[in-house]
Amino acid sequence: MDTTLQRAPRPLGLLAELTHRCPLGCPYCSNPLALEPRADELDTASWARVFKEAAALGVLQVHLSGGEPAARRDLVELTTAAHDAGLYTNLITSAVGITRETFGKLSDAGLDHVQISIQDNEPGTADHIAGYKGAYARKQALAAEVTRLGIPLTVNAVMHRANIDHVEEMVTLALKFGAKRVEIAHVQYYGWALKNRAQLMPTRDQVDRAVAAVETLRKQHHGRIVIDAVVPDYYARFPKACVGGWGRRSLNVTPSGKVLPCHAAESIPGLTFWNVRAHSLADIWDNSPAFMAFRGTDWMQEPCRSCPKREEDFGGCRCQAFALTGDARAADPVCHLSPHHALVGELAEARADAAYEYRR
Amino acid sequence: MSESKVAPDAKPKLPRGVRLTHNEAQGGWVLLAPERVFKADAIAAEIVKRCTGEATVSDIVDDLAKTFNAPRDRIETDVMAMLTGLADKRLIEL
Repeated sequence: MDTTLQRAPRPLGLLAELTHRCPLGCPYCSNPLALEPRADELDTASWARVFKEAAALGVLQVHLSGGEPAARRDLVELTTAAHDAGLYTNLITSAVGITRETFGKLSDAGLDHVQISIQDNEPGTADHIAGYKGAYARKQALAAEVTRLGIPLTVNAVMHRANIDHVEEMVTLALKFGAKRVEIAHVQYYGWALKNRAQLMPTRDQVDRAVAAVETLRKQHHGRIVIDAVVPDYYARFPKACVGGWGRRSLNVTPSGKVLPCHAAESIPGLTFWNVRAHSLADIWDNSPAFMAFRGTDWMQEPCRSCPKREEDFGGCRCQAFALTGDARAADPVCHLSPHHALVGELAEARADAAYEYRR
Repeated sequence: MSESKVAPDAKPKLPRGVRLTHNEAQGGWVLLAPERVFKADAIAAEIVKRCTGEATVSDIVDDLAKTFNAPRDRIETDVMAMLTGLADKRLIEL
């Protein structure tokens, strides 16, 4: 038995999906196709307990996410509870549904950091991608409020075929918003994004241009804004250590209290997820079947098992391995050593200019 | 590389979005910033705890020298070095 598995590592981050409800309809959403209904959502007291248990387990940062977290009427109470538990609180929001007044209360509740997503650099195209008229203007207004109160802001620019050529303009917009950090987040194909893959997939030329543009922008804006970007999966040769390794650094609680090793984990059939209504977070982290399934390296097959990088990338993403090969234990086919690697290139070529299937 | 020398009458404080917290499971004090985590040793934690924006660097050095019954000169050297390092990483405002 691998002795390093005697005691699981302690998680650092908790993704709290407070609700799956969201006013936007972004076709790249990574929420599952079967969205959890409001009636199943955990109540305020349950979340407060989860935050306390998370801190005791070692979690330092909580990402208040969704759906749109502001769709929860108790967002201020939830933020207070997370703060009181000693967690660093990061609000991941579309900015739609947060009034200036609410944001003031969130700030008073001890909110530490805000992340606002942007869909494009022009209101017309941005609102079209979001499937919500007026979203762009709301983002601008909330960004102004966040920076006015001196709270650090990250802009999350979700990139795909329709906007990847605007990477420079989107970084400029992030600077205008007052962000100190911008994530160039290429769409990852899970949930709704997988359904819209052919409509969202950029071309190889677009990706090459965007990678070069980011290099230039980093030099140009050094010291003003940090630009985080990675090569999108379908055009990469090496897989990414998804969520920093399965059951190693982070955990995700769904609106109804299911605890997942990553937000897409439910796409893998046969995994058993425990719920915070029945188990403590520590018990789930240490003992639940879903967390044990791909923790460490014992589950690996070749080419991962003997790979010198197995402790760095942990075989890549389990959900992607399953989605593309039908075997969740296979190497992530993004890896050039995977026997299925050619498939990734073929799928990247399977583009179609159909209408988006908006998340509803 | 340090940007500035710390003035004894500066009143250091943590900027918004940076927080010192104690977490038993992670082995003690940690300084949290957007997307970043820094483990703080006991000395660093004692210094950062006193960076309230009200106490001057001199006050902090006096307080530490008294609390830990240690020579003021040595404490001052440690505090200056620590604050310079934290300011360079934008984890503290002077």
